[in-house]
Amino acid sequence: MSATVLPAHADVGGPAQPLLSVRGLVKHFPLKQAPWQRRGGTAVRAVDGVDFEVLKGETLGVVGESGCGKSTTARLVMQLLAQDRGELVFDGLTVGSHRLSLREFRRQAQMVFQDSYSSLNPRMTIEDSVAFAPTVHGVPRAQAVTAARELLERVGLQPQRFAGRYPHELSGGQRQRVNIARALALRPRLVILDEAVSALDKSVEAQVLNLLLDLKAAFGLTYLFISHDLNVVQYISDRVMVMYLGEVVELGPVQAVFHRPMHPYTQALLRSMPSMDPAQRTEAAPLAGDPPNPIDPPPGCRFHTRCAHARAICRQQAPELRRHGPHAVRCLIHQPESGYAASEALT
Amino acid sequence: MAYSRASAAVHAPQPAAVERSPGYWSNVWRRLRRDPVAMAAGSLILLLILMAVLAPWITPADPFHASMLRRLRPIGTPGYPLGSDELGRDLLSRLMLGARLSLFMGITPVIAAFVLGSALGVIAGYAGGMANTVIMRTVDVFYAFPSVLLAIALSGTLGAGIFNALVSLTIVFVPQIARVAESVTTQVRRSDYVDAARASGARSWTIVRVHVLSNVLGPIFVYATSLISVSMILASGLSFLGLGVRPPEPEWGLMLNTLRTAIYTQPWVAALPGVMIFVTSISFNLLSDGLRSAMEVKE
Repeated sequence: MSATVLPAHADVGGPAQPLLSVRGLVKHFPLKQAPWQRRGGTAVRAVDGVDFEVLKGETLGVVGESGCGKSTTARLVMQLLAQDRGELVFDGLTVGSHRLSLREFRRQAQMVFQDSYSSLNPRMTIEDSVAFAPTVHGVPRAQAVTAARELLERVGLQPQRFAGRYPHELSGGQRQRVNIARALALRPRLVILDEAVSALDKSVEAQVLNLLLDLKAAFGLTYLFISHDLNVVQYISDRVMVMYLGEVVELGPVQAVFHRPMHPYTQALLRSMPSMDPAQRTEAAPLAGDPPNPIDPPPGCRFHTRCAHARAICRQQAPELRRHGPHAVRCLIHQPESGYAASEALT
Repeated sequence: MAYSRASAAVHAPQPAAVERSPGYWSNVWRRLRRDPVAMAAGSLILLLILMAVLAPWITPADPFHASMLRRLRPIGTPGYPLGSDELGRDLLSRLMLGARLSLFMGITPVIAAFVLGSALGVIAGYAGGMANTVIMRTVDVFYAFPSVLLAIALSGTLGAGIFNALVSLTIVFVPQIARVAESVTTQVRRSDYVDAARASGARSWTIVRVHVLSNVLGPIFVYATSLISVSMILASGLSFLGLGVRPPEPEWGLMLNTLRTAIYTQPWVAALPGVMIFVTSISFNLLSDGLRSAMEVKE
């Protein structure tokens, strides 16, 4: 198909080993405060103990409201931010250890950003942007440019027309294709798509989604697909992870999560999906208000302030993410020993 | 295998030519060419530079030849088209030769400060955190003084002379350029394309060289060109005070000083060096403005 500029990476741990394991990831952004104020305490708890695995060859969708920590998680996985606690294990090797340096990890994991314009250097031609990463890893420039043109062709942009252009001369959809080509230039195994199609028109979005599916099959990729658009996530994902206030509240196969959601938050999110059936339409918002402030999350279950099923116990006891077969949920309703059934309802 | 690959490379059909868009700077140049004011200012500057370079060969008279009998002749005196100065030297010739030192003293400190200030500002802006605080707060200490005062104080401390004047003017401009460089770099550093470059495993130095400099040098350069006029005026000021160029070397600021006693007898002659300073510095400012608007178009 194309000249292999960088060698493909060997599968280290076999197909059963998760491509990426995220363990206990924590990122708090301390708030600026004057030196005489007391230290500690005030921080935005953007990501607060996140565990998940991305299996080889799957697409893991991540959904949640804005501010729930989706994008911070993406940046932590890409190590654009340093985590406070927790570790990333890529195909059995800890990222940043002597066996898998950060630089080597970044050859195998790449990211596509939401803003197609600001993620391309305005002073660089398209082909130079795509060729940059391989040259960083020692590919001669001429070869990298040739490979970049092939990749542009592969993502649906004629190199003759587009390779010598600058980002401002392209449409949003075309630019996002360039960003995808740029992410693929290092022949990564994991691609993180952070709201990669969210800013596009619906028709263009569908084309780019199909391109992503096509590329995934062609290059044997694994996707971590972050979006607030439930329809898109349902379309592209194999498994779905639902986040709320820096925590994973539900994680499971896409069919299970979308058809038998277990967490009240997921249920509410799904009810907020616009329905094509007029009989299903509701005027009432399934979720009232904004999420609580992540600086000072509510005690107990973080969702209890907005939960239709909240009971007194939910204010005191924080649920853990518990597995029910392939499906995992963080809710006291599904923890029989929690005393939820006996607790009285919150008014 | 090796043979077949080599022959494939030789006989591979040439790919169709890639259409190229004009680069950013050729677009800037295209827009600048359509700006009559900037082009006029630019031409005038070129003319002045040409005059300065060729001055030793094209001056109508010897700029150092004094004549006690022909002091302070008015403009239009035969043999003295622009009059003569307080020592009877031909003013036109001295103004032409003076362009050399005046332009040199105006441009050199800005170039030096452009290099040093950009380096400091880009490092501070890209590194952020502690390095930023240390660099920028140090720079702020210098920035806190009015530039005229700082230039005079530094020059006075270092001692009179062209080189010391250049050094002190450079020190005056480094903080100003560093501040601009830091703020543009901080902006660029937060952009997604820098994150994407980091995610590709590139080292900081490579990212700065390839991605940051290409986006910050333009705005810093425009700011620096606007400093040339200030630098010329400050340099003239230093010479006026006897801290820069020494007599009998012609320099516009120094000439303004030595002619000032003639302001009541030959006001037009006495004002001429000032007119030269004014025309030159305003030309640099107009060119800088034109450059700024030519570069401002979003792309």
